[in-house]
Amino acid sequence: MSVTYNDFVIRFANVNGSGSASANGMFAKALFRMGIPVGTRNIFPSNIQGLPTWFEVRVSEKGYLGRRDGVDIMVAMNAETFDEDVASIRPGGYLFYDNSKPLAKNLRRSDVHEIGVPLATLMLGEFSDPKQRGLFKNITYLGALAGLLNIEFDVITGMVSTQYKGKDDLIAPNIRALEVGRSYAVDYLQAPLPLQVRRTDKVGDRIMVDGNTAAGLGAVYGGATVCAWYPITPSTSLAEGFERYANQLRRDKETGEARFAIVQAEDELSAIGIVIGAGWNGARSFTATSGPGVSLMSEFLGLAYFAEIPAVLFDIQRAGPSTGMPTRTQQSDLISCAYASHGDTKQVLLFPSTPKECFDFAADALDLADRLQTPVIVVSDLELGMNDNMSAPFVWDDARAYDRGKVLSAEDLDGMSRFGRYLDVDGDGIGYRTLPGTHPDKGAFFTRGTSRDEYAAYTESPEAYERNMQRLLKKWDTAKTLVPAAEIVDAGHDCGLIYLGTTATPMQEALDLLEAEGIGVDTCRVRAFPFTQAVEDFVAKHDVVFVVEQNRDGQLRMLISNELETTPAKLVPMCYYAGLSISAEFIRQGVSDYFKTNKLPRLAEVSS
Amino acid sequence: MTFVAKPRVHHPKLPLNELGLTRRDYEGSVSTLCAGCGHDSVSAAIVQACANLSLPPHRFAKVSGIGCSSKTPSYFLSKSHGFNSVHGRMPSVATGANLANRQLYTIGVSGDGDSASIGLGQFAHLVRRRINMLYIVDNNGTYGLTKGQFSATNDKGSTNKRGVPNLYEPIDLVSMALQLGASFVARSFSGDKNQLVPLIQAGLQHKGMAFIDVISPCVAFNNHNGSTKSYDYVRGHAHPVVGVDYVAEAEEITADYAPGTTENVRMPDGSNLRLRKLDDSYDPHDRVGALNYVQTHQAQGEVVTGLLYVENDPMDCHDILRTVEAPLNTLREAELCPGSGPLDRINASYR
Ligand SMILES: Cc1ncc(C[n+]2csc(CCOP(=O)(O)OP(=O)(O)O)c2C)c(N)n1
Ligand code: SF4
Ligand SMILES: [Mg+2]
Repeated sequence: MSVTYNDFVIRFANVNGSGSASANGMFAKALFRMGIPVGTRNIFPSNIQGLPTWFEVRVSEKGYLGRRDGVDIMVAMNAETFDEDVASIRPGGYLFYDNSKPLAKNLRRSDVHEIGVPLATLMLGEFSDPKQRGLFKNITYLGALAGLLNIEFDVITGMVSTQYKGKDDLIAPNIRALEVGRSYAVDYLQAPLPLQVRRTDKVGDRIMVDGNTAAGLGAVYGGATVCAWYPITPSTSLAEGFERYANQLRRDKETGEARFAIVQAEDELSAIGIVIGAGWNGARSFTATSGPGVSLMSEFLGLAYFAEIPAVLFDIQRAGPSTGMPTRTQQSDLISCAYASHGDTKQVLLFPSTPKECFDFAADALDLADRLQTPVIVVSDLELGMNDNMSAPFVWDDARAYDRGKVLSAEDLDGMSRFGRYLDVDGDGIGYRTLPGTHPDKGAFFTRGTSRDEYAAYTESPEAYERNMQRLLKKWDTAKTLVPAAEIVDAGHDCGLIYLGTTATPMQEALDLLEAEGIGVDTCRVRAFPFTQAVEDFVAKHDVVFVVEQNRDGQLRMLISNELETTPAKLVPMCYYAGLSISAEFIRQGVSDYFKTNKLPRLAEVSS
Repeated sequence: MTFVAKPRVHHPKLPLNELGLTRRDYEGSVSTLCAGCGHDSVSAAIVQACANLSLPPHRFAKVSGIGCSSKTPSYFLSKSHGFNSVHGRMPSVATGANLANRQLYTIGVSGDGDSASIGLGQFAHLVRRRINMLYIVDNNGTYGLTKGQFSATNDKGSTNKRGVPNLYEPIDLVSMALQLGASFVARSFSGDKNQLVPLIQAGLQHKGMAFIDVISPCVAFNNHNGSTKSYDYVRGHAHPVVGVDYVAEAEEITADYAPGTTENVRMPDGSNLRLRKLDDSYDPHDRVGALNYVQTHQAQGEVVTGLLYVENDPMDCHDILRTVEAPLNTLREAELCPGSGPLDRINASYR
């Protein structure tokens, strides 16, 4: 019997609110601790209790962690979705279920291996309290899976001990439940299966964390002091992450007083207003929201653009429009963020693709907002924000100083003859600002969303208005030199592929699959808007550029066509927008079909 | 509109305050509002109050929404920064500004359209948050800047310039503020500086949100016979309840007081706020009574003015959040950045 190691997709089908999340999380963590790369995904309804929820783990020694269609092992714990769950198993895959009651005939598949464990019956003998029986059932299937897949048992029991530290009376029954499950698998089933795990060293120093927590921590490190937010999935955990770490790291040791202020505002209008008020008054501030919140914030974002106020906003995208599929992922706010607000506005965007980048970009965004005196929007998504993603560890350079931008002190003002808030002194389009209360006589000015001259005086002069709008464009050009550079891999192919954010997760796998077909493309992962010169060059030098993204209308492609001198005809749209994360197979197929249809040369043909 | 500062030639007869400054040092640029607009009187009262209190003229954060009223922060305290933001959202901007620097005096000026229509939600939530600021609504019962549409504070039945009556119920911001738990609620009239200036002084000294609804007639669109926010109407129907005089600790004020009972309120900075009851039955510490009083008199067509309610030991938002004493905008890397040290532990917790 041939055995496959560390390469499968396992899906847990549960009922929302049944306490399965912790057992499922421990499953993924156990493999991760055995050095095996794992990608986790929660697929959950917009509901608190009772509806179906799925947790999927992609296990891949090669580090292919994008979503992959087809389930190898289905842990079917939800009677309501049993039909579709069984149907989603790949031929030759495994159905793990509770066989306390026999499986109905119509639910059986001849091409799938059944693994029945009488979980309910086993619990009857172990726990008298029905609620406990329900909860420990989850831990019991984890134990059984440990036996079936050959997971190192002490890794799991170790996790139970740390998880329930302080609640010691919970440790023994949890370990007991694990043992009950494992013993059943070992004693009564053919364990381990031909599909197994084994310890390896492919994780290295990486961590497993969700992007929102990482961004919240990054905002603490980046010096944010004011956080205003309004709850919305999938962004809420970002503000919560900030709060948790600020409470740990930002309270005065002696007095317990906070070096931060968090306001749960009455709505997103207020949240961004608070951020802009704080930014105007010199405090680093941010808010976190999702698409509907960005729409509400638009008027204020125009004010901050035009009045030149630093502000940081995290948009954790979900499937729109409107409430759309609020618990599914998409990259569909690119346009609404890039051109947020009325009038001629352009906003600076950053696109993280890993938790490490969420952490880094949070701090970078705070620097950039101060430097450029404008809103900076970190555009993430549900896939990155709410799922535990494998990531390089967080690093902070202690020599790093915050870039507070051009802010004049009282001494600076004393040395000046006349202060002009909107004078382009340095030729980079960025004026010098002053903060309220700085100087008794100098530097005070009136901030407004209406037209003004270089000295902040209200004006409706057409020339002054145009001068100001042109200066804002110059500042935009300056931004191109300051934002994170694109990640470009250029092997001199004729075709290029552009993508951003979580489309990076399945990208390596897609490229490897394409290479196996003799297809080579250069890649460019855009990490910011405005596009840097390197992105412009990348588009210019390739005959065909695939633009791979997760929305219906090709919003990244629109931005490229709009902002760069290029013919849209050579930008081939490849849009996945069904609400799950994009897969390597989707990318492979799109590129491969294009090559076929257009009879483009394969690698071997080129080299021969 | 221009931003040309008035020449600051000190008139030899202008009195100097404790900082050696005159009223002129607290002024702003020349107003571009209509001559006779009530809003200009409110700005003048703010100037006078700040000068009387000898507050440093550059230590204010002035914020506003959009409207004729919201333009006024240009017209007082030109040594301080001002922020004319977006329509109806002054409360959120004020919240952020105050969180960033708790040591500045935050003054928000808004209009009845700004606060009672588009910004009603923000007004309500600012009250709840107890932001330490003076919040003035220049209430003219109309949208001045967009040329005279009815606003939500307009009384039912009152007419606009063309004689068309308002068909809808009015919103009374004073009653709302009382109900939402505001710790300082007052109403005054732009034309009554003897009452307004001391109220502004008291509001500036109050810790927490001090709300003053100032009836401020719009001479262009709402100063005719059918309006209940006109000069004549308000003068004829004003019903002052409590006179207020702010008494700096060092100074004794005695002469000006009309007969009747007086009461001292201790302000957070240690000074006294002396309340004078014109009506023996009025207790400015009784929230429910205040609401009742305002509404009873409203039903009789009377506008109650004066300090309607004040809380004795109010908390502000910074107290609630337990933020450090130093303004958050002054904190630097050493106070804000945890450094690489804790990251080992944090990274380990995700392995
Ligand atoms: C979002 C938005 N909607 C509408 C307007 C137009 N607008 C400007 S001022 C104003 C009403 C101002 O009324 P009020 O606040 O009472 O101020 P007043 O001019 O009466 O002092 C309106 C509707 C705007 N500036 N912004
Ligand atoms: S329109 Fe009315 S509110 Fe506006 S400035 Fe003129 S008088 Fe004042
Ligand atoms: Mg008005």
